[in-house]
Amino acid sequence: AGESEKSNLPVFTMNYPRIQIPFEITLWMLLASFAKIGFHVYPKITFWVPESCLLVSIGLIVGGIMYSVNEKPPAVLTSNVFFLYMLPPIVLDSGYFMPTRPFFENVGTVLWFAVVGTLWNSIGIGMSLFAICQIEAFGVQDINLQENLLFATIISAVDPVAVLSVFEDVSVNEQLYIVVFGECLFNDAVTVVLYSMFSFVTEMPVVEPVDMFLGVATFLVVGLGGMGFGILFGFVAAFTTRFTSKVQEIEPLFIFMYSYLAYLVAELFAISSIMAIVCCALTMKYYVEENVSQRSCTTIRHVVKMLSAISETLIFFFLGVVTITTEHEWNWGYILFTLLFAFIWRGLGILVLTQIINPFRTIPFNTKDQFGMAYGGLRGAISFALAFTLPDNIARKHLFVTATIVIILFTVFLQGISIRPLIEFINVRRTNRKTDTINIEIHTRLMEHTMAGIEDLCGQWSHYYWKDKFMKFNNRILRRILLRDNRAESSIVALYKKLELQNAIEILDTASGDISAAPSIISLQEEKKNSTKPKKKFLAADLKNMHDILSKNMYKIRERTVSYTSKHALPNDNQRREILIRRHSSIRRSLRPGSFQTRVSMKPNNAQEAGILHRGRGMLKAGSDKVKKVQAEFCK
Amino acid sequence: MGAAPTRIGQQDPELVERTGFSPEQINNLHKRFLQLSGNKDTISRENLNDIPALAYNPIKSQIIEAFFDKRNQHDSEVGSLEEITFQQFLMVMSHFRPPTLEMTAEEKEAMRKEKLRFLFNMHDTDGDGKITLEEYRKVVEELLSSGSIEQESAKEITDAAMLEVASTNVPHMGPEDFYEGITFEHFEQILKGLEMESRMHIRFLDTATVHCGKS
Repeated sequence: AGESEKSNLPVFTMNYPRIQIPFEITLWMLLASFAKIGFHVYPKITFWVPESCLLVSIGLIVGGIMYSVNEKPPAVLTSNVFFLYMLPPIVLDSGYFMPTRPFFENVGTVLWFAVVGTLWNSIGIGMSLFAICQIEAFGVQDINLQENLLFATIISAVDPVAVLSVFEDVSVNEQLYIVVFGECLFNDAVTVVLYSMFSFVTEMPVVEPVDMFLGVATFLVVGLGGMGFGILFGFVAAFTTRFTSKVQEIEPLFIFMYSYLAYLVAELFAISSIMAIVCCALTMKYYVEENVSQRSCTTIRHVVKMLSAISETLIFFFLGVVTITTEHEWNWGYILFTLLFAFIWRGLGILVLTQIINPFRTIPFNTKDQFGMAYGGLRGAISFALAFTLPDNIARKHLFVTATIVIILFTVFLQGISIRPLIEFINVRRTNRKTDTINIEIHTRLMEHTMAGIEDLCGQWSHYYWKDKFMKFNNRILRRILLRDNRAESSIVALYKKLELQNAIEILDTASGDISAAPSIISLQEEKKNSTKPKKKFLAADLKNMHDILSKNMYKIRERTVSYTSKHALPNDNQRREILIRRHSSIRRSLRPGSFQTRVSMKPNNAQEAGILHRGRGMLKAGSDKVKKVQAEFCK
Repeated sequence: MGAAPTRIGQQDPELVERTGFSPEQINNLHKRFLQLSGNKDTISRENLNDIPALAYNPIKSQIIEAFFDKRNQHDSEVGSLEEITFQQFLMVMSHFRPPTLEMTAEEKEAMRKEKLRFLFNMHDTDGDGKITLEEYRKVVEELLSSGSIEQESAKEITDAAMLEVASTNVPHMGPEDFYEGITFEHFEQILKGLEMESRMHIRFLDTATVHCGKS
């Protein structure tokens, strides 16, 4: 018959458009991640060149390839995608792992540099560029003051992503780190205000004084509003986790949802979203980590780190790609002067501001620190994204974009690569992160307790006064509302682990694992004989156990959150929470092997626990007659 | 205290010089001293023991003892006092001044040594210039939350710590040798990595303050 040819059942079909978007996203992510793996093949490279530079370079190469085959880059690095999807994980990471104690000790300095410093930079650079524009030779006379100021705002924003990745590797001293870190995070408020103010103003022919006034008011709204929203969401998140004991699988979700919500709501009202998410993370972390289970806690930290790592990788990568593929407008004079002024004003700014704030600081910044701060003011992707969001009615938009890219590349590459040798050369105070000796660990704590005691003694609170007030308020009211009450389950687990630890230490002394329940007196006497001759052999594992015991059981001064850790490492979970020890010390006391005459009331739940308990009792034989005369080996 | 504050700082310039405090700071500390001593001229151990905030400090006794320790008076005497005057109180406090911007490297070094000396004296209770195992153990036991950790563990830790000191400072000690105790030089050496500059100081208040009741 004459019907059209019957087509057979297609065995193999392809429908690319359907999956195109998720597919390409995944491929790009994989590509960027492979690049990251690739860098570590040669560890020397990552030592000298910060990862951000490497990623940008790879991006440049890929961009070049794409340009040569006339392929357009994925419309990924639009400013919307950047601000809504790529930036929040990074800022969440910064906020979540912010070392709170140094932060709050330096909060005045941080805000000072963030607010006044950014203002100084923006206005300074804007004005000087406007002055340059007047010179006919450069051919940029059409850029008026408002546009210059707008541009200056964009490029004076010090970028957390770029700075952190560089500063981390260099491990400068804590004060410097926290000030630059904090500055990056909090200058967002100023940048947002100035940006919206100036972009609003460029559309207006004339600027009135009342607008200036409104600008200041806007700043307060933006800054305080951001903080307020963040804290609000933080508390709500903490409160929610109080009830999630039955749904532990989705506990981590709440953290992310609430912080993201804080970010989005802040964006909705055009207030500082970065501050919102940072404050949310700061507030919520403290309570959430006590409420959720240990596993959820680990998951949260893992995921936060992972998301931020991938975001950062993608950002730098696309920075490289888009550099090649975007439309440029080049103007030697303008661009070079932009670079020059950016440097000069930052340097001047740091100098002047430090002079003013140093008298108020306990540990003043010396010139080397100031150099570190000035030189570490890297610009990064935030400036880039802001440049892209410039309204199109600005005639010279492409020039601005080009200039921004030049500055970013310059700071990231030149300053990023050279900052490490320079800092080592001028010998900025570094931090000593390794507490690898027991003596240092003990004496750090000893020192802290001494200081707390002396402070109490002489009644000088200085800036701990407000903290103490807050802690009291916290203990009485906040903790009751936001924390879960039922901790019975976790205390047993903690107890189990503690006994295991003791067991491990006991093994070193009793090679034969003698677990006969000898009376304690005998072993003590033996101990006394050899007391001044510490000649035992300490295995690395035992030393580690001791560090664990020290870190878990020494009295803590103040609630310690995660201290200054490396950016790319997951924080060490060895810090046991004081609250567990304090609340259940009574149970422990009853289980002390010293009281084995009066047997414990607690029945072991299973055979394993029974074994541990039993062996725990035998601890008293420790050190009796097994003195070994060898050198110690230290764990490193 | 309704009357005009005692201008002890201005009256005694020698205090300013010996301790390095400003007259304002001395005045504030004097007010505190009077509060602690009950308006008398000397402070005894009971006065310090009564401070409520200090009760929760694990090394309370060591801290209090430090005030009555003659060695912290920058003299070469050894032993302890029964009561201390304001001047002696100030001398002990002067160990905790923060470093200032104008200090030279040697001054900073000297300050660090002074603070380390303070810590050393806290350990060395019998004043023989060495920290023995017993003395060290005592401090470690105080630091570990008492009641929640075994005495055995404290012993182990102290032994490990002493071994660290011994092997760092006397590397060629044979297995039969007897490590007497930590001297101050060894103490300094082992704590080289300890970051003290940013932590071991107090921001003494410069301005006049109003104390409302006992704190």
